[in-house]
Amino acid sequence: MSKFDKKWEKEVLEIADGIRMRVFQHTVEQNGGYLSQACSSAEIFAALYHGLMKLPKIKEPLMPDPWQGAPGPGNPIHTGIKFNSGGKAGYDRFIMSPAQYALVVYAALIETGRMDEAGMEAYNKDGGSVEMIGAEHSPGMEVTTGSLGQGISQASGIAMAYKLKGRKEKVFVFLSDGECQSGEFWEALQAASFHKLDNMIMVVDRNGCQCDGIMKPVMNIEPFDERFRSFGCECVRIKGHKPLLLAEALSTPHRGKPLAVILDTSPYHGLTFIKERSPKFHYVRFTEPSQREEYRARYEALVNG
Amino acid sequence: MEILKRVHAKNLVKWAKNKPEVLVLSADLTSSCEADAFRDTYPDRFFSMGIAEQNMLSFAGGLAREGFVPYVHTFAVFIYRRALDQIAMSVAYPNVPVKMIGFLPGVTTPGGATHQAIEDTAIMRSLPNMTVLEVGDATEVENVLDVSYKIPGPVYVRMLRGELPRIFKTPMEFKKARKLSEGKDLVIVSAGICTEEMLRAVKVFEKNGLEVSMYHISTLKPFEYPEIIESIKKSKYGVISMENHTIIGGLGSCLAECMAEEGVGKKLYRIGIEDSFLHGASRPYLMKEYGIDVHALLKTVEKATKKKLKYKEEDLGEVFIPQLHSDAKAEAL
Repeated sequence: MSKFDKKWEKEVLEIADGIRMRVFQHTVEQNGGYLSQACSSAEIFAALYHGLMKLPKIKEPLMPDPWQGAPGPGNPIHTGIKFNSGGKAGYDRFIMSPAQYALVVYAALIETGRMDEAGMEAYNKDGGSVEMIGAEHSPGMEVTTGSLGQGISQASGIAMAYKLKGRKEKVFVFLSDGECQSGEFWEALQAASFHKLDNMIMVVDRNGCQCDGIMKPVMNIEPFDERFRSFGCECVRIKGHKPLLLAEALSTPHRGKPLAVILDTSPYHGLTFIKERSPKFHYVRFTEPSQREEYRARYEALVNG
Repeated sequence: MEILKRVHAKNLVKWAKNKPEVLVLSADLTSSCEADAFRDTYPDRFFSMGIAEQNMLSFAGGLAREGFVPYVHTFAVFIYRRALDQIAMSVAYPNVPVKMIGFLPGVTTPGGATHQAIEDTAIMRSLPNMTVLEVGDATEVENVLDVSYKIPGPVYVRMLRGELPRIFKTPMEFKKARKLSEGKDLVIVSAGICTEEMLRAVKVFEKNGLEVSMYHISTLKPFEYPEIIESIKKSKYGVISMENHTIIGGLGSCLAECMAEEGVGKKLYRIGIEDSFLHGASRPYLMKEYGIDVHALLKTVEKATKKKLKYKEEDLGEVFIPQLHSDAKAEAL
């Protein structure tokens, strides 16, 4: 575990700040964005891409592909896997389940030198793959998960396939708490533990928010960690935004069981002024031009620090 | 008529023997879907997924992405009704080879509206990348594994189980209609168990001097049958479609689309379930009540030809009615 030390944590936190600022910049430029997701998950993606997942080094940051058409006869699947493991033997798979976090993934890929910054020019632009709600062709994404709840099931299928093929790599699944309200999510947990998918690791951003607002009055999922355990998973619940805690949690033994790490995060971590938007954090939108200018000023103040 | 029992159960084991990439997923209906022999023969390739179809379909999508060919077995309704979004996004979108074997089409179960798949063709054929197949006898139940396996993408099959007649001597072929007779007066196009009913009318047609072109369809999507369209063009009275499915979006609709596109100015009479749910009752009762049996066909022929047909009950060919309770079925449904 010597690799994951204070120095590593400092690097992760710097990457996380970079992610947050990039998403902030795009939110201002695009007049809206999934900014609170960046606030809650920046450290998670930073830590996963900066050492917690075993990924091949990428020499030159990659450029995203243009939109190559939906898969069909004569048009095979195009995925964003080349930004992750590239499917290479010996490296971990990464299934990003809540596709609404796509912008955070793109920012994380740039901050960790896997995607060319210039690729963001295609963000939310017609004919590109760097979509607002990403899909399997988007950088860093390997399956189509914008319909929430399907990521973990598809990841389970991949993890089962790895077991059948005798492959030892892990399948990481990034989840957000809102999607865990879905029936399919619990079906998937039930099956993943029944089929002993101990090569699957779920990292859950428990930011407590969903589209309608704060989760608790919308649909409660607590006691979340106990529910994971009662469904047959090994589960560790930790404070968010602390990369060393995540590294430690991921080393929890979970023989014969899938591992879930729940991180209690804040939807405005690092950009505390977003708190004023409570209880609506799902999509930061500017209804007045003055509001956007206020955010732009805040962004510039942070950049010029 | 040769009657066979549990055709799929035996055939699946034999067929999958040297195909290590073929897996079977089941949602608590393993023997009901005749996958029990596979489970017992290849336990390492069988996955019990519980009564949780949404996860099962997405899970199958994950397996298929990694080079496996999952054959998902359950009742048809639990595939396309329960897990449609999962099929669309985890299977059809990436165009991965998940084969969905859907049992109990239409009137083939007394299980009632919850178990009777009456609009599955309509729904599944509207999904991009999806192929839709339907079997009509024991031969096709055997061949459909190979046919579906050779299609590179996802396939949905309207499957039959239990006791089945063997009607066809030649194997089922992808995108190929079976031409069962040729005649210039009328065209009848049938699919699934309705073909058996259509064939019961052969003697009546002969007796009445009616020359009929009869076709059996097992590939419902893609639906490309220029030969049938040609024979409808040449027919005197037009075409009758016959299906164990709602008339909205199934075989009759497929024909209507093709005829309109080809500018075929002939009448189309659709025999099928007319925009209604079914209920729990026997197959002969339901076929009669909902008008998809040989009597419904003869009535429609009279309507199309504007002539009264002369026939007696004994002119109708034999029909095989599976026993409601038999040792070929795992349970009463």
